Amino acid sequence: MTASIETLVNKEYQYGFVTEVDTDTIPPGLTEETVRLISKKKEEPEWLLEWRLKAFRRWQTMTEPRWPNVTYEPIDYQAHTYYSAPKSVKPLQSLDEVDPELLKTYEKLGISLTEQKRLAGVAVDAIFDSVSVGTTMKSELAKAGVIFCSFGEAVREHPELVQKFLGSVVPYSDNFFAALNSAVFSDGSFVYVPKGVTCPLELSTYFRINAANAGQFERTLIVADEGASVSYLEGCTAPKRDEHQLHAAVVEIVALDRATVKYSTVQNWYAGDSEGKGGIYNFVTKRGKAFTDAKISWTQVETGSAITWKYPSVILQGDNSVGEFYSVAVVNGKQQADTGTKMIHIGRNTRSTIISKGISAGQGQNSYRGQVKVLPKAAGARNYTQCDSMLIGNQCGAHTFPYIEVANNSATLEHEASTSKIGEDQIFYCKARGLNAEHAISLIVAGFCKEVFKELPMEFALEAQQLLGISLEGSVG
Amino acid sequence: MLKITNLHASVGEKEILKGISLTVNAGEVHAIMGPNGSGKSTLAQVIAGHPGYEVTSGSIECDGQDLLELEAEERAQAGVFLAFQYPIEIPGVTNAYFLRAAYNEIRKAHNQPELDPIEFLDVMEEKLTVVEMDASMMQRSVNAGFSGGEKKRNEILQMAVLEPKLAVLDETDSGLDIDALRIVAEGVNKLKRPDNATIVVTHYQRLLNYIVPDHVHVLAGGRIIKSGGKELALELEAKGYDWLLEPVTA
Repeated sequence: MTASIETLVNKEYQYGFVTEVDTDTIPPGLTEETVRLISKKKEEPEWLLEWRLKAFRRWQTMTEPRWPNVTYEPIDYQAHTYYSAPKSVKPLQSLDEVDPELLKTYEKLGISLTEQKRLAGVAVDAIFDSVSVGTTMKSELAKAGVIFCSFGEAVREHPELVQKFLGSVVPYSDNFFAALNSAVFSDGSFVYVPKGVTCPLELSTYFRINAANAGQFERTLIVADEGASVSYLEGCTAPKRDEHQLHAAVVEIVALDRATVKYSTVQNWYAGDSEGKGGIYNFVTKRGKAFTDAKISWTQVETGSAITWKYPSVILQGDNSVGEFYSVAVVNGKQQADTGTKMIHIGRNTRSTIISKGISAGQGQNSYRGQVKVLPKAAGARNYTQCDSMLIGNQCGAHTFPYIEVANNSATLEHEASTSKIGEDQIFYCKARGLNAEHAISLIVAGFCKEVFKELPMEFALEAQQLLGISLEGSVG
Repeated sequence: MLKITNLHASVGEKEILKGISLTVNAGEVHAIMGPNGSGKSTLAQVIAGHPGYEVTSGSIECDGQDLLELEAEERAQAGVFLAFQYPIEIPGVTNAYFLRAAYNEIRKAHNQPELDPIEFLDVMEEKLTVVEMDASMMQRSVNAGFSGGEKKRNEILQMAVLEPKLAVLDETDSGLDIDALRIVAEGVNKLKRPDNATIVVTHYQRLLNYIVPDHVHVLAGGRIIKSGGKELALELEAKGYDWLLEPVTA
């Protein structure tokens, strides 16, 4: 398309700065010793070390999955660093003790951890490389009995809960990257909402990768006890670096009977430059288990990373449980995404909804991969899948891989798919009404993503919309 | 108001407009007629600034301003409006949102304050009556799932809201039944003022029964081969285009 459109929508990745802090970084490489060292640094109990070692041994026998529709140079797992923490982070009594450099970093990212400037109604856990910098609003949450802290703290303070639920949804043997994570995970967030409690605040974790060559392997565990309800948001950014960085996270959600968990992600890892140099390799396992009458809802806006491999899924274990997946995935430049969901219907009258919006620009490749599986006992199960792709320009690609397995003939499944293209004509129509090209593209894209954006918490819907505008920089070429 | 001088325009290697000159004064309605492929729609698109056409020579001025120097959105902000022959669909964006965005861009360009959704509602209500449209149309996505007639009425609604100096209607009559044609034509007539002008591009005389032109031009082979008053349209209706074309091809 025209050069003028290209220049109009040219914007830089604004989170690409590096924070100068002294770090405690272990040498690159991954052996059983590395696993022991991480566990020791975190002063973990014996059972957790054992669990890590089992995971590590299993991982050594596994091979990296080759089925995703992405291509990249083989990853040398021995070249990566598996633990890096700012030296200044010690167990803190209060957030006033946080290193000012780190506070500044989060301010710059638009996340205020200090008392006076915090986003009202949102509690934040800030993870910097391998450790949690601090968690806000803890006392307010404690009044409601809600536990929201870093994973490390949960292991120390609430070992019985961690031990009971860790690996109960994503076992360490689940897949290559989950096994890797289980062996070397450093920090992450832990949430427990007690029986019958509706969490009074939005919970939010903000992940930041800073150190060069260091991977981030966080582990998040969210448990909503019977009748509890919670909404959780995750955001991520990383500096611009020329090397690829590894991010292999695991998120487990347990929604016990009648519980509701809503998990939203705005993922904006550094995507690499226009030549495909640098950027995050994002290999993430996210899964929830919904018991009787429970509901788990995933909403994701994926705009960053060089490679995304991610399938937030729901195991519909209990009768009448509900699973939802709302996704916007954007690829631009040389980004590749293979993302989607799995809905496993086990209980009777289980229901799932999948709305996937893929936007491909530049030379980006976007694949939707979704599995809907109805087991023999899932009488009356229902699924609705809608999978839409939008192409901007002529060099990008959109791909759809739906897998449907139904073993109960009372199940009802619907699948709709469409592909459209933002053309010169759509942009010209907007221009002929007085809107410039940049405004036109963001309007058209926002319209395309509307069904997903309306699922995001209010505070973040606008942010997501703006983020899309930025991600599509120079996309019309 | 509009002065086109010896305009040449091409798509790729192919020249479509081969020297068009046309002057439109404020308060006038001009009809541009001609057989298929004569360059009528191209002329409309070039005036609006479609990037798919290259202007190789000539000029277009609007109130002394060189339109060819402006991007399409700047022309719209300067008061040029094109009613599309095939209005484009924008799924997920409501008519109300789209129209307000356009309205505010034009106000911004004139250093006027933007209107919020509530204030804009008042503007809308009045304009909807011009094209006999129900307010529920405003909550539907722009042109998505609209019938052919609804799309064309929506174009005229946009014209009513944006109040252009110069409106170019590109085959607005195509695909309309007689009732829709009447509504669209009446809408255009209601919007006519001494300080604006309209160019009606059409293949058939039919629309001109409702919108009475001051001048009629026949476009063929990328040139205006004949101009006249409104009676020329009737003559074309009776005799077709062939009697005009022969001298050109000879």
